[in-house]
Amino acid sequence: MKWTRRKTIIGGVLGAGFVGIGWWFAHERDRLGSRTLFNVGKDQVGLNGWVKVSRDNSVTVAVPRAEMGQGIYTTLAMLVAEEMDARWDQMKVEDPPHHPVYRNIDILVDGLPFSPEQTGTFIDIARWGMGKAGGVLGVAATGGSSSTRDGYHPMRVAGAVARELLLRAASRKAGVPVTQLTVVDGEVRRRDGARVASFGELVDAVGDLQPVMPPPLKKSADFKFIGKPVARLDVPAKVNGSATFGIDVRLPDLLYASVRHAPTVGGSLKGFTARGGLPKGIEKVLSIPGGLAVIGKSWWQANQFLDSGVDIAWDAGPHAKLDSASLWKQYEQSLEKGDAALTRTLGTEAKPDKAQIVEATYRAPYLAHATMEPMNCTARVEGGKVELWMPDQSPSLMRMAAAKAADVSQADVTVHTTFLGGGFGRRAEVDLVREAVACALAMPGRPVQVLWSREEDMRNDPYRPMALARWRAEIDTSRGQPALAGVAKRQVAQSPADQFPNRNIGLPRQGKPEGNAVENPPYAFPFYKLESIVADGPVPVGFWRSVGHSHTAFFDECFLDEVAVALKKDPFAYRRELLKDKPRHLKVLETAAKESGWGSPLPAGLGRGIALRASFGSIVAQVAEVSLTAAGLRVNKVTCAVDCGPVVNPAIVRAQMESGIIYGLSAALYGEITLADGAVEQANFTDYNVVRLADAPAISVHIVDSGASFIGGVGEPGTPPIAPAVANAVFAASGKRLRDLPLKLGKAA
Amino acid sequence: MIRLTVNGQAREVDAPGDKPLLWVLREDLNIVGPKFGCGVATCGACTVHVDGEAKRSCVQPLSDAAGKSIVTIEGLGDGKLHAVQRAWIEQQVPQCGYCQPGFIMATAALLARNPKPTDRDIDEALTNICRCGTYGPLRRAVHRAAAILGGAP
Repeated sequence: MKWTRRKTIIGGVLGAGFVGIGWWFAHERDRLGSRTLFNVGKDQVGLNGWVKVSRDNSVTVAVPRAEMGQGIYTTLAMLVAEEMDARWDQMKVEDPPHHPVYRNIDILVDGLPFSPEQTGTFIDIARWGMGKAGGVLGVAATGGSSSTRDGYHPMRVAGAVARELLLRAASRKAGVPVTQLTVVDGEVRRRDGARVASFGELVDAVGDLQPVMPPPLKKSADFKFIGKPVARLDVPAKVNGSATFGIDVRLPDLLYASVRHAPTVGGSLKGFTARGGLPKGIEKVLSIPGGLAVIGKSWWQANQFLDSGVDIAWDAGPHAKLDSASLWKQYEQSLEKGDAALTRTLGTEAKPDKAQIVEATYRAPYLAHATMEPMNCTARVEGGKVELWMPDQSPSLMRMAAAKAADVSQADVTVHTTFLGGGFGRRAEVDLVREAVACALAMPGRPVQVLWSREEDMRNDPYRPMALARWRAEIDTSRGQPALAGVAKRQVAQSPADQFPNRNIGLPRQGKPEGNAVENPPYAFPFYKLESIVADGPVPVGFWRSVGHSHTAFFDECFLDEVAVALKKDPFAYRRELLKDKPRHLKVLETAAKESGWGSPLPAGLGRGIALRASFGSIVAQVAEVSLTAAGLRVNKVTCAVDCGPVVNPAIVRAQMESGIIYGLSAALYGEITLADGAVEQANFTDYNVVRLADAPAISVHIVDSGASFIGGVGEPGTPPIAPAVANAVFAASGKRLRDLPLKLGKAA
Repeated sequence: MIRLTVNGQAREVDAPGDKPLLWVLREDLNIVGPKFGCGVATCGACTVHVDGEAKRSCVQPLSDAAGKSIVTIEGLGDGKLHAVQRAWIEQQVPQCGYCQPGFIMATAALLARNPKPTDRDIDEALTNICRCGTYGPLRRAVHRAAAILGGAP
C-alpha cells in the first residue's frame, strides 16, 4: 500500500497548502474507525469501524462499495477474514453508515492524468495530494476499478486489529496470558490447541479494550484466503430469489412512480392535462426535474396512465433538429480545424527523406449502459429527514443531491444501498435522486419508488461519448528496410470528466479531455503525438465501463495493426518489438498469443486478431478468433491474458474478464445510439441488441503473475481490447478493414 | 377477483385482467424474484413457470393466468434447492444477479422437457439477456444441472 511515512514527509515539504487540508489523513488509524461506528446491535460487539462480531458467531464486515456483480462483497470480506483467521462460512457483509472512513481514496487518486502504475516523485506527490483531497471530499464511491486497490490495506488492518482485540478479550475472560493464545478457524485456542472461545462467545468480554495500531500483517506465504477462488458471499441469495435490488425495496405505504422525460435532448415539459381526472389508484401527476411523474399504488398502472391518460405537451428545446449526421459533421470539422484541449508529444520527430504515409479514420458511436435493472430510486421525506433506498455507485453523491433537492442538510439524509442490477458507471449519476425526492416531497411521509421503463432508461442515459480519431503514421522508406518514423493522432470526443462534475455536483465545466482517453501508449514509438479535442454538444455523456479506453483502445489497436501490415510484419510480432522494454506488457501479450495458438493455420474464412490495452493499473491482451460466413460475423473464441498485480480472488478476476469481454463485444457487434430530430432513436433491447448466449464466444482467461505489487483493477480492463481484437481478426479473415463501430461487414473498406 | 395458484398456494387477486402477471406478482403478491427488465418479452428477466412452461410474465395478462399454477424462483425448489440452483452455486454463475432468476426458471423448464439438451438446444431455449456476461459458467451450469437431475451426485 502506498500510504507510507515517506508520503507524510513529502507532504510536509509541500507546506501550508496541504496542511490546511489535514495531514492527519496519512495515518492508517484514520481509516480504522471507532468501535461504535458500524451500526453495532445489542447482540454484537464492534471491533473497529469495519468489523463486528455477533453472539451467533458471525463476523460482519462493512462494505461501503456497491456490489454490482464485480464481487466486491466477497473480495473485501476475504481481506478481513484472512487477517482475522476467521472461517469463511461465518463471514457476512453489511452496508455501513455514512462516515469519512468509508470513502474511496483511490478513485480520486486515479482521476489524475497518469497511468496508475506510473511512479516518480512528482506523480507520487500529486497522488498524495489527491488522496488528501479525497479525505476532505469524503466520497464513498464505486468505480474506476479501484475498490480492491483502495480497500486492500485498510481491510487487512481492520481484520488484524480485530483478531488482536479478540485475543486480548479471550485472555481476560479465560485468565490465560495473551501470548499463549492464537486464532484458528474462527475460534480462540491455546497454543497447545485447546479451545478457549468462539468469536461469538467473546462479545461481552471485549468491554473497553481498544485497538492497537499498527498491527502486524500476515506474510503472503501464510495466506489462507487471498489468492484462492473462494465462493462468493452473494451467490446464494442471487439463486434463490431473495437478493434485494433497488426495484425490490418494499416499505409500508409504498407508492410507485413512473416518469416521462422530454423526447428531445434539452427539451422540457410545457404542460399536461390528465384527461378525465385521476382514476382510482393514481395519487398524483406532477412536474419533476426533467419531465413528468405519475404516482400511484401500482407502477404498472402509473406507467399505463402516462401512456393513455395524460396529454403531455413538450417544448422540444433548442436541439430539435439534432441528428447523428450533423453531429458527425461537427466532429469532422473539429477533427480538421478544432483546437486541441491537450497536445502531447513523446520522442523526437524525424524528417525522413522518403516516407510512406499510412492514415486511417475511426469512429465510435454513443453507447447506452443498458443495465439489466432499469434506473430506480425509492425516497421518503418526513420531518426534514430524507431516506433513500437505491442501487447506487456513490452514496456520497446521492446524499449531496438529496440534501439539495429536499433543502435539508446532508446530515439529515440516509442512503441505503441495495444490490445493483448492473452499474457500469451509470449508477454514479444523481438524476434518479432528484426525481425520487421531488416525488417524495409531494407525498410527505410516504416512500415513493421511482422506476423508469426500459424505454426511458435507454433514451435518458449519459451515453458513452461518440468519438472520432484520425491516426497517421510515417514510415521511413529512405533506407533499406522500411521503419516506423512516428505516429500522430487527432481525436475528437465529448468528455465525461468535463460533464460529470457539472451535472452531478454543480462544479464548473473545465473543458478537459477525459483522463484515460489520453493515457500514453505503452509502445516504444520513435515519435508519438496526440491532439485531443474536446467536443461540445448537448448530448449527455457519462462514465461507461472502461470510459475513454473503450473507444481509444479500438482506434489505437486497430491502427497499430494497419501499421504492422504496412511494414509487412505479423501484428503480434510487431507489438512484441514495440514492447521489448515493457516486460509486464510483453508477458501478457505473449501469453495471450501462445494460449490462442497464434500463428497456427486456420481454415479459410476464419481469422485471429490481437489487441492489448493497459487500463486501471492492469494489462490485458486478447486474441479473438472469428469466422465470416453467409450468416455474418461470428466470434468463436476469445483468449484473454491479464496481469492485474496481486490477485485476491482468481475466480472473480476470471469472471470479470469474461464479463468485460461480453460487455465490450455487445458494443463491438451491435451497440449504437443514434439521434434523429433531436431524439434518441433506440428504445429497448429490440433495437439496442446485445450479446446473448448463442452469440457468446468460448472465453479462456489466463492470469499472468509478474510479481508486481500494484493492485490493478479488474472490473473494467477486460472491455477495451475486445473490439479491436475482433476488428483485426476480421481483417485477418477477409482483408477487410472495419474502422467504424459497431462492426458491420457491409461497411468494410 | 381472479384465482390462481402461486408457488403451491391458492391466491386471489383483485387486479385488472390486463395487468401483466409480472406486476401482479411484484405488486399484489409481494413476490419480487421475477424481475422487470424490458417489458416487451425480449430479455427474459421476468420468466416464471405457468403450468410448467417458461413464460415471460411481463406480457402475460393476469386473465390468462386465471386458474393456472404459477411457480417463481421463490417456489422452484419447494423448500430446498432445485438441481438448477445447486448447479448455479457450484459454477458460481451470478455476478450482479438481476437476470439470474429468469435464467434459472428458463433452464428448469428446459430440463423438464429435454433432460439432456445439446448446446444448440440450450442456445435456442435460453434467449434471455445477461449484461454481466455470465454465459460461460451459465452454460456449464445447465449441463451440470442436467447431470444432477440424471442422478449424478
